[in-house]
Amino acid sequence: MRRSWQVALAVAWRSLHNILTNPAYLLPSLIFPLFFFTAFAGGLSGIGQVPGFDFPAGYTAFQFVFVLLQAAAFGGVFTGFGIAADFEHGFSRRLLLAAPNRLAILAGYALVALIRATMVGALLFAVALAAGMRVGGAGVDVVALIVLAYLVALAAALFASGVAMRARTLQAGPAMQMPVFLALFLAPVYVPLELLAGWLHAIASANPFTPLIETGRDFIAGSPAPAGTTYLIALALVGAFGWWAVRGLRRAEAAG
Amino acid sequence: MTGQVLELARRSLLQTLRQPAMVVPSIVFPLVLVAVASGGLDAATSLPSFPASSYLDFIIAVPFIQGPLFAMINAGSAMARDVETGFLKRLAMTPMLRAALLVGQLAGVMAVALLSSLVYLAVGFAFGMHLESGALGIPPLLVLALLIALAFASLGALVGLRSGSGEAVQGFFPLFFVLLFLSSMYLPRPLIEQEWFRTIATYNPVSYLIEGVRSFIVIGWDGEAIALGFGVAAVMAVLGVFGAAAALRTRLVRT
Repeated sequence: MRRSWQVALAVAWRSLHNILTNPAYLLPSLIFPLFFFTAFAGGLSGIGQVPGFDFPAGYTAFQFVFVLLQAAAFGGVFTGFGIAADFEHGFSRRLLLAAPNRLAILAGYALVALIRATMVGALLFAVALAAGMRVGGAGVDVVALIVLAYLVALAAALFASGVAMRARTLQAGPAMQMPVFLALFLAPVYVPLELLAGWLHAIASANPFTPLIETGRDFIAGSPAPAGTTYLIALALVGAFGWWAVRGLRRAEAAG
Repeated sequence: MTGQVLELARRSLLQTLRQPAMVVPSIVFPLVLVAVASGGLDAATSLPSFPASSYLDFIIAVPFIQGPLFAMINAGSAMARDVETGFLKRLAMTPMLRAALLVGQLAGVMAVALLSSLVYLAVGFAFGMHLESGALGIPPLLVLALLIALAFASLGALVGLRSGSGEAVQGFFPLFFVLLFLSSMYLPRPLIEQEWFRTIATYNPVSYLIEGVRSFIVIGWDGEAIALGFGVAAVMAVLGVFGAAAALRTRLVRT
């Protein structure tokens, strides 16, 4: 167990070192969420006046939750890119040979996704609060939102890891990015679910990401939230993509 | 000269069309954005003084700007590739006119932009878009779309020729993408509540390109918006073409 933990920490430290020493890896994951927050919270600020839009914490907080969860998810996807790059450079094959417990490799990459989510989340919180975002929820609500963001980051990282370990090439980037992008944007991004129109309302109603966003918004507004159901959905996603990632790891092992 | 331009335009067009990965995203991604926004933001049409009754009518102008952003990448990458592979150096030893190379390259990119614009219009009409300026508005709308494509493609060519690196061209894409999102793409400027954002959108030239295209669809013949759209696109195109021509002159110096 101790050796597995050492492997996980070593993988996480190496990936983190790569991220922090290479601006090309670090900056996009920090800048793009800030940019989306600026564009949505600023450019769409008038949407708060739409009849039927009733979000007590204001439109900035409404968009903040989406951007926070989006940043967490894309942090997970970027972790998948790192795994694919490690396979392309031959590092992962050597790692597979050396590690006593290969599941620890997966755990190390998942740890990196959580650290990424922490970095970008802290930055987003700081910018949003500086921009005058109102937080209606109590401390426990904010913690609940942060836990939700971690679960989203973990689910996305496990999904992207599964793809990366099967494809073992960076050319699979769109296969990691597009499903996450679609799941995020086919949800109530700009307005609450009840204000969505037509086909998008139907898809968003069935999208498992929708309850995560809506509950996150309830947390920040301090409104009553179906927290139990939402966490169950998030944990189910983590479980399903965890299974997908472990199967991907086995495929990578079999490929040699 | 005409023969040289046609030959190089054909080369540019074939280079693009032979790689669906260069054409498909420039058509599909903007339409995905339109689909998501028109469903997600249809409620915005109930805002007081919102200029359209359907959000599709309002947002369909955006692909006419986003598509040319991809054209910029295509033109810039093609020019950078010509630098990297030594094609320009070999060309410098022939009697080929410099202008023919630039015009040919840009003509090929603009042909793809025209195709994209026709697809945007067709998809818009298929999903119930109403063109307030009527059928007579389509030709000037396409001309404006082509002028915008020329502006962005020439800026891409300028970056490609100056840097000689495809990666540098790709690096410029996010910058222009940011300009698109910091414009009046989602809401008319008067309806943007945040004053700082409204100020950025007012100084952002991309707002005027979008509003020029949008006026044909949503308002009809709004002289000011159309003139500003054509004016901004023309200034950008002139700057881009002259800049690219100067960069090409430097690249093609006969030594």
